[in-house]
Amino acid sequence: MHKNIILAGVGGQGILTIAAIIDLAAMNSGLKVKQAEVHGMSQRGGAVESHLRISDEIIYSDLIPLGAADLILSVEPMEALRYVPFLSSQGLIVTSTEPFENIANYPDPQNIRSAIENTGRCVFVDAGSLAREIGNVKTYNIIMLGAASPHIGIAKERLEESIEALFRRKGKALVDLNLKAFHKGLELAMN
Amino acid sequence: MNTQLLLGAEAIALAAIDAGISGVYAYPGTPSTEITEFIQRDANAQARSVRSNWSVNEKTAYEAALGMSYAGKRSLVCMKHVGLNVAADAFINSAITGVNGGLVVVVADDPSMHSSQNEQDSRVYGKFAFLPTIEPSTQQEAYDAVRYAFDTSEQVKLPVLVRITTRLSHSRAIVAQDTPKKQNELAPETDKKKWILLPANARVRYSRLLETQTQLVSLSEQSPFLQTIDCTGDFGVVAFGIAFNYVMEVLQTERLRIPVLKISQYPLPERQIREFVQLHNRVLIAEEGYPVYEELLRGYFDNKKFSGRLDGALPRTGELSPNRIAAALGVATPDIRVIPEIVANRPPELCKGCSHRDMYEALNRTLASYEHKHVFSDIGCYTLGALPPFNAINSCVDMGASVTMAKGAADAGLRPAIAVIGDSTFTHSGITGLLDAVNDRSPMTVIISDNATTAMTGGQDSAGTNRLYDICKGIGVEERHIRTIVPLPKNISDNCAVLREEFDYDGVSVILATRECIQTVGRKKKQKKA
Repeated sequence: MHKNIILAGVGGQGILTIAAIIDLAAMNSGLKVKQAEVHGMSQRGGAVESHLRISDEIIYSDLIPLGAADLILSVEPMEALRYVPFLSSQGLIVTSTEPFENIANYPDPQNIRSAIENTGRCVFVDAGSLAREIGNVKTYNIIMLGAASPHIGIAKERLEESIEALFRRKGKALVDLNLKAFHKGLELAMN
Repeated sequence: MNTQLLLGAEAIALAAIDAGISGVYAYPGTPSTEITEFIQRDANAQARSVRSNWSVNEKTAYEAALGMSYAGKRSLVCMKHVGLNVAADAFINSAITGVNGGLVVVVADDPSMHSSQNEQDSRVYGKFAFLPTIEPSTQQEAYDAVRYAFDTSEQVKLPVLVRITTRLSHSRAIVAQDTPKKQNELAPETDKKKWILLPANARVRYSRLLETQTQLVSLSEQSPFLQTIDCTGDFGVVAFGIAFNYVMEVLQTERLRIPVLKISQYPLPERQIREFVQLHNRVLIAEEGYPVYEELLRGYFDNKKFSGRLDGALPRTGELSPNRIAAALGVATPDIRVIPEIVANRPPELCKGCSHRDMYEALNRTLASYEHKHVFSDIGCYTLGALPPFNAINSCVDMGASVTMAKGAADAGLRPAIAVIGDSTFTHSGITGLLDAVNDRSPMTVIISDNATTAMTGGQDSAGTNRLYDICKGIGVEERHIRTIVPLPKNISDNCAVLREEFDYDGVSVILATRECIQTVGRKKKQKKA
């Protein structure tokens, strides 16, 4: 078992929460984990990425080699494309469709979509609409995690337990909300 | 034993608590900040009353840590690489005094300058000061290295430098904890000659430091972090610190069998280096940072046996990666996908509603009517004033340089001479420069963009909050020329008028542009709700 996952998004979109959930689930599945993240200046509305590696063997590098990622999980469509040099030939992109437009020269979303389709295997998730359906836009990232969850290599139950563990101190309502978001994403992935 | 997922920085913090520190001293700086933050919120550290408030700068932090060591207790001091420049005087001289209680200095380097002004390699400082230096490769080793470093510090009676880099500090892995140790009892130093560095004493201490080097080499030769991957072959790799991970990654995925000598402790383990180099005709030196030991091993007459960053086998600058190491090991590069051209850069930006935005708006509008538009700025979120739409600053060099460079430019005749500095950077290294300006009556204006926090590193306490006016007044800035403005869009014309008045004043003026960071405001609101 060996998975290399690039998490991508814009500072403040919650990719580190996704990372924390997968990390914990992997550890509780008896796997080894390495997860490199970006702190500091780039967090201010800039592009952020995290390299997440899970394996039943020893993991040496904190960074995923170019061309070796099994999955790019992006919470923003253009950001998914920024990391395609890491994507393996058979790799998969799971991305949300809603652009985060904080720059003047943001490209045409339709061109972004075509470019993602050109990479090969991809799944588009309208996480924004789903989050609004649930009634909390902040569940955006957890919906994306749910949508990508069949491709992470970890049992669904372990991921659910991690969501519970990480949101527990914020109250049962938030645990339930995020589990609902997770299942919403998962459901979409299964269809 | 207890295992948990920790950032490299957090593993270091946990190890220090478990090693029985009585205090941590630090000024925030990426990628070192999380070490101190972990100790500040850790329940065990609180139960043990580990002192952990932020220091004003790295020099005050270092000296306080040394004082704690003098008193017989263990102390940790941490900083980013450029912070060691600020603390360098204390650091170098602490090698001459030596320590009483264990003193460990953790310095986090930032190769590739993800969040820094240079990529200096702190191992050079380790050599410069003749101090034992440890460079862990993994998060577990970071934990073990700090425990070991405290014991070693008390054994050899010297500070021990632990050098990490961004990738180790900001990467998470599973770390196993060892049994915690009790804190030291108060046992102040009794040997005055050791600590009073008058020339007569210092000469004795310096000789002793040089004599200790033999012992340090033998410690490196027995280092628990030294490892040899044995196999036969003409070609071998000496891998230092985190570079070892990338080498092993390539060997693992490519199923290569190449002998590797892993080094994580300095001065160099002479015996193992000698043996390894004699066994192989060609040796790749893989170092994260400067080619410090490659240069040393090549020697002045450039032994061609070695390759590395100096001959282009590895790039001369920037951090290493599995792909860079693979290329140096002659592994063919696979076809790599190319980023589509439509992908636009997304640089960091000042937050929406940030006070620095309104300060820069007012500054740009005011300066529009001046011939010379030169703004000396400094290190913090407000450095982003360099980018569009503001393009408002002309320099960012080192902590505090805005004030002193504006002074020098004013001395040269530049009018107006303007400095823009944040509140935390001002207390870190701006106050002394302002005193210079006051003593010289230099015609200049210092804008302290005061958001009441150390924002860029995540909102740590700022040493001068609510006291900046009094500090400036105390230094001798005339009260009439210490002006306070509130940077908000509705105040812009009033604020521009204030700026113009002070730019036109022929002396030292300070403008406090004061409004709390919107990130900390948001966090406080959230905490209140919860």
